[in-house]
Parts: sequence; C-alpha cells; structure tokens
Amino acid sequence: MSAAPTAAVHPREHYLNVDYGIRSWLLTTDHKRIAILYMISVTVMFFIGGIFATLIRLELMTPAGDLVTSDTYNKLFTMHGIVMVFFFLIPSVPAVIGNFVLPMMVGARDMAFPKINLLSWYLYVIGAGITLYCITIGGVDTGWTFYTPFSTTYSNTYVFGSIVGILFAGFSSIFTGLNFIATIHKLRAPGLTWRRMQLFLWSNYATGVIMILGTPVVAIALILVAVERVWHIGIFNPALGGDPVLFQHLFWFYSHPAVYIMVLPAMGVVSELVTTFSRKRVFGYEFVAAASIAIAVFGFLVWGHHMFVAGISLYSALLFSIMSYLVAIPSAVKVFNWTATLYKGAISYRTPMLYAFGFIGLFTMGGLTGLFVAALGVDIHVTDTYFVVAHFHYIMVGGTVMAYLGAIHYWWPKMFGRMYPEGWAKLSAGIIFIGFNVTFFPQFLLGYLGMPRRYHAYAPEFQVLNVMSTAGASILAVGYMLPLIYLLWSLRYGEIAPANPWGSTGLEWQTTSPPPTHNFEETPVVTEEAYAYDKHPEMEFVA
Amino acid sequence: MVDHPAGHRLVIFVWGAAVYYSYGAPPKNALRVYGTAKQWMWKFQHPDGQREINELHVPVGQDVAVTLISQDVIHSFFVPAFRVKMDVLPNRYRTVWFRPTRAGTYHLFCAEYCGTSHSGMIGWVMVMEPADYETWLASGAEGSLASSGDKLFRHFGCISCHRADKGARGPDLAGLYGKEVHLQDGTTQIADENYIRESILAPKAKIVAGWQPIMPVFQGQVNEDEMLELIAYIKSLQQNPLNVNPNAPIPDEEQRKRNPQVEPQVTRP
Repeated sequence: MSAAPTAAVHPREHYLNVDYGIRSWLLTTDHKRIAILYMISVTVMFFIGGIFATLIRLELMTPAGDLVTSDTYNKLFTMHGIVMVFFFLIPSVPAVIGNFVLPMMVGARDMAFPKINLLSWYLYVIGAGITLYCITIGGVDTGWTFYTPFSTTYSNTYVFGSIVGILFAGFSSIFTGLNFIATIHKLRAPGLTWRRMQLFLWSNYATGVIMILGTPVVAIALILVAVERVWHIGIFNPALGGDPVLFQHLFWFYSHPAVYIMVLPAMGVVSELVTTFSRKRVFGYEFVAAASIAIAVFGFLVWGHHMFVAGISLYSALLFSIMSYLVAIPSAVKVFNWTATLYKGAISYRTPMLYAFGFIGLFTMGGLTGLFVAALGVDIHVTDTYFVVAHFHYIMVGGTVMAYLGAIHYWWPKMFGRMYPEGWAKLSAGIIFIGFNVTFFPQFLLGYLGMPRRYHAYAPEFQVLNVMSTAGASILAVGYMLPLIYLLWSLRYGEIAPANPWGSTGLEWQTTSPPPTHNFEETPVVTEEAYAYDKHPEMEFVA
Repeated sequence: MVDHPAGHRLVIFVWGAAVYYSYGAPPKNALRVYGTAKQWMWKFQHPDGQREINELHVPVGQDVAVTLISQDVIHSFFVPAFRVKMDVLPNRYRTVWFRPTRAGTYHLFCAEYCGTSHSGMIGWVMVMEPADYETWLASGAEGSLASSGDKLFRHFGCISCHRADKGARGPDLAGLYGKEVHLQDGTTQIADENYIRESILAPKAKIVAGWQPIMPVFQGQVNEDEMLELIAYIKSLQQNPLNVNPNAPIPDEEQRKRNPQVEPQVTRP
C-alpha cells in the first residue's frame, strides 16, 4: 500500500464532477456524496444548536432572568441539547467522516448497503425536519433527557413531536451502524486482515455495535413516554401507577453508551491524526483497538452512575461506581498510547494535529473529572450542577467537536481536492481551544460552588464566573465561524490538493483526490500492517 | 498498591462509597423534619407542628433528617454548603440528613429540572444557635403533626374500621410502625413510612393476612402534607395504644386549625 507522491492535478473525472444534477445528489448511493449531504445537514444543525447556546450564555450574563422568560429559557437548553446530541454529535464523526472514509479505508467501492445508507440520511433529514418544525411552532421544555413524570404529564410543550423526530434520527443511526459493521466484515480488501485495519475502523466498528444495541432501547423508552402522554397508560407517572425512576434506567441505558457513540469515532480520528503527523506506527496497536471494543462493552454497564442521587439501591450504586472506574481504563489506555506514539516521533504541527492535541488534552480533563463524578461521595454534591455540564462539554465539545474539526481538515483535501488555508486554520484552532477553555473551565468551579444546572436565574455570587463563561463563548463562536468561512472559500480558491498531501499510509489516501466514484481504479491489495511509516521513508508531506 | 493508578482509583472508590453509605443511613436519633416538594416550592413540617415554606430552621450541631416527597414531578433537595443532594420522588419517601456545624443561612436549591420556575424553587436553610432555635420553635407551633393526623384519621373515617374493638374491619394500627406485617400472599413487610403511604393510597397493593380487601382507595384524596400528618399519627400510636371513641365529634376549633390558610410569617435574611 505504498504510493509515490503524485503531482497536484485533479483527476479528469471524480465523484464530484461525474454529474452535477440535483437528482444525482438526492438519489445518490455513493457513500462519499451521502457523506457530503450529511456534512451539510449536521453543519446546519450545529449552527442552529449554537444559536440556542448563544442565547443561553447571553441570558446567564446576569443573575436575574431578564433576557428571556423562564419558559423560553427552558426551551432553549432543551433544544440546544436535543439538536446538539441527536442531530450533531451522534451523526457528526460517524455519518460524515465515517461515511466518507470508512469504505475507502477497507478498500471497498462503497458501503455494504448503499441504498440503506441513503435511507439513513433521509431518515435523519425527516427527523431533523420534524424537530425543527416543533421548535418553530413552540418548542419543547423537558430537557433533552425527557425525565418523567414531567415529560409525560406536566409539560405543555411539543414533547410528542420531538420524540418522533428523535425516533427518526435513531433509526438513521441504527442503519449507519449496521452498514459500518457489514462493510467492515464483508468488504475488506484482499490482505486487509483484522489486525491490519486502521484504528478508525476499529472505533467505528465498536460504535456500530453500540448504535445497533443501544438505540432501540431509547426508542422504546421514548415511545413509552409518548404512550403515557397521549393515552394516559400508567408507565412512569405514579399517579397512574407507574414508576418515574424506571424511565431514567431505560433512558440512560442508551444515553450513556451514546456518549461513546459520540466519542469513539472521535478517538478513531485522533489515532489517524497522531500517527500521520508523528510519522510513527501507533504505540500498542492491539491495545488501542481492543480498548475501543472494551469501551463499547463496559459502556453498557455504567448507566446507573447518572442516578446516584435518584433513588437507586446502595448495592447497585456501588457496582455502577466501580464499573465507571473500569470504563476509564480503556480510555486511559488510548490517551497513554497516543502520547507514547508522539514520543520520538517526527511531529509536524499542522492544523489536524493541533486539533488532535486539543482532543487529547481536553478529553483527558473531561475523563479525569469523570472520575470525580464516578466517586459516589463526590457525585452527591456535584451531580446536576454545572460541574457535570462542564464535564460532559469537555468530552463532547473538547473531545468530539475537536476531533470532528481535525478530521474535516485532515480529509478535506481528499473530499474536495483542495487544501484549506493553513494559516487561518491554525489561527481558528487556537481561538477554539482558548474559547473553549474560557467557556467551560469556569463551569467546573460554578458547579463545585453549588450552582445547579438548567437555572434561568441564579444567586448573585455566581455572576463573575458566568460572565467569564459567556465571554469565552463569544470567543468560541468566532472560532467556529472562521472554518465555515475559509473552508467554503477553499472550495473555489484553495490550492489544488495532491492525492496524498500528508504522505499517509492510510488506504483512503492511496487514490486520487477527489476519488473516483468507485474509489479505486483497481482493488487495492494490502500487504502490511497499518501505519508502517518506518518501512516507507519515501512517504512525505507534499502539501 | 496506592502508588499505582488503579490503586488511586480503589482508594477514591472506597472513600466515595463510605460517604455514600452514611448518606443513605440517617442516624436514629436525628431531629426529624418532613418536607413536601411541589412546582415550585418547598414546604417543611416539624414534628411539633411548625410549618414553613422555602425556609428550613434547624439547630446547629445536631443531626437533622429530612424526609421528603414530591407532590408532582421529580425535584431534588440540594444544600451545597452541606454537600447533600437527594432527588425527591413523587412515589416514595426518601430521607436526607446532615449535621450543620456553623450557624448561618445557607442556600437550598432544587437541583432536578422541574419546569417553568425550576430556578425559582429555592430557599434558605437557617442554622440557629440552640437557644435561638428553641425560641423559634416556641413561636410558631400549631399543634403537633400527630394531633393534626389524629383529626384527619377521624375526618377520613379511618377510625371506623381501624380500631381495637370487635367492630374492627381493618387491622389495629397501634404499635404498627416499624413492625413486621404478615401479608396475605405469605410475604412479610416492614411497616415503614412508604408502606403506610402505599396502604392508604392503594390499599389493595398489599393485603394484611386475615383481613378483607375492602378499604377504599385514597389516591387523589389525601395530599402529601396530610399524608405526613396521618403517618405521624400512626407512628405516635406506638406510645399511646389506640383508645379513642370513634363517635367523638371533631371540635370546631380543631377543624379550623386543621386547614390553616395562613402560613407562619418568616422574613428573609
């Protein structure tokens, strides 16, 4: 799988110029075009979710609830959560990056089920459409967690519609996972054994498993909410003979593993970036690969740690606490191994690598504060406060969004055959890193001092830290707007990208940029392990 | 061992577990307070009858156990200064406890999102020097919880079946609290607060051996404040075996006091 650097000219025909008609996009079964469709839709959803976040931060600049009403504020944080979790974070890396590069990484012409792949995008769009419609006609105010009996009985907002929207997104996610697993099992190129697979494939395989096993459970939980809400059949509301804590079990049985749906593909991205930009095989390949599977398995056994003060028994709390420590082990294995990969590597500080560094640092902070909240005694104090808000934003924004942006920059030349402007990209990566920390670090302090989450108005002593957080959010907003602008600019004015600008050994780079519709001119044959940079000193940066 | 990362985690785990264990086990001799949470306020009742809204007065240096229930959605009782938080559920009593060590005024927050005025469901815990606390106790009593429960026991007609004489159609409740009850299905059950509450709201859920399931359902008729009073009354029967005349009329004045329209006036610090 070696290839000499090729001159930077676009191939005459590639997947983007093969047909320009709108039908050729909306009826495409090409995984690369579907990835682009996903990229456009998740970007739209990201900025919609971002608008909600902006309004939340503006409201919280002053202790009094003076910018919007309580009901509006409650809808803002609910819709921020729903849009960001179900319509941005979950599909971001898998459906955009995974869709684009996964078939190429296995050396295949397309996904195993190309039509199901397109169907999954349509389900996503329908789900997003329903959710956005609910937002425009009045919104929903239950929190993205839909806790009962508030969501089933007491909320007067569009709970049912939002649930239907999320169900569509859930099926979209199931189909994506199904395709990943089938593709990795059945379509690997000759010679691409399991132990030769790139780590992005391992992490997306693990993600696919979670998507298929976990998503039906949240679908059931949400359907039960709808059933109780619409037909008043007692499941969760004690006044009807139900049990409200049951919902939390069902919800977190999916929604905790969903955290790993969001972060595992991001970890796969970081493995690719760290190896490419330090010119080294990843340290402890087998351990990093096995850690992905271990996270997927252990991830299903820790949901109770969201409920330590919710009324679960002492014994189950003890088990969920110790399991939560266990799930930290494979995550730590990954972080240690990425760091060890850097050791004595020939590191180049290109934009994707800056994002990978950002991921490693911020994910580690998110993970270590996860140990705080996994400790039963500490969790009593910090759960449901801004400490938890900060913790999961370090994982999901500091982790997943950082990796997503790193992936976008890394594979941008492959996707569109153009280089992004390196100077602007580095600048915005720096702005995002600083803005992120200024936004979310004060929230750890706020939570420890006792500010509960989801508060429209708060006690005056919390103001200073909230103003800091809002100031950071405005920096972060600038950081997110910049890539939107310069990446669009680069589509037309960017430098023409060579086939393999980073000199990567990755299989997806061993074809032209942009790739032809069927990815490879001839089926690649894999003869060696992944990331064999030591055997290929000729693989060099050409951009 | 403790030098190893896994060792660190083990130490943190055990330490956290020890804190959690004591969190779930209120001391037996703690001062008892009862609270109901509802959208969007906290109501507290003291055993001697003091009632307060969004304020909780407690003495310094003494363990305080607050037994809580919600009248609607899930809320959460959170006093950051005491490092305690407990979700308040609409279907069972849970008890959170703490020992204030310094007099002062501390935030009480609702920490589980509960709707429109979630961030307004806040109050203060007033930790008082013992002498001040005694003064405060003396100022606002309206008859103990148990005596209010006694009146409810007659008002709802409980007394016509639950009695010690031959006309009883339900089990005698004297000495019931904390004892083991033998149920019709052969199992046994400790008669704690949750059991008593369930038996009032949904009497057919657990039938006491030897009795007919004839008790009417009180779901929707007894609110959570009244429930706490009834339970306080049933608990008080430990000391005073049931010995009342079921036909005794409820005095007018007591009837008036049972439904106080005006809550005790308290000023915020």
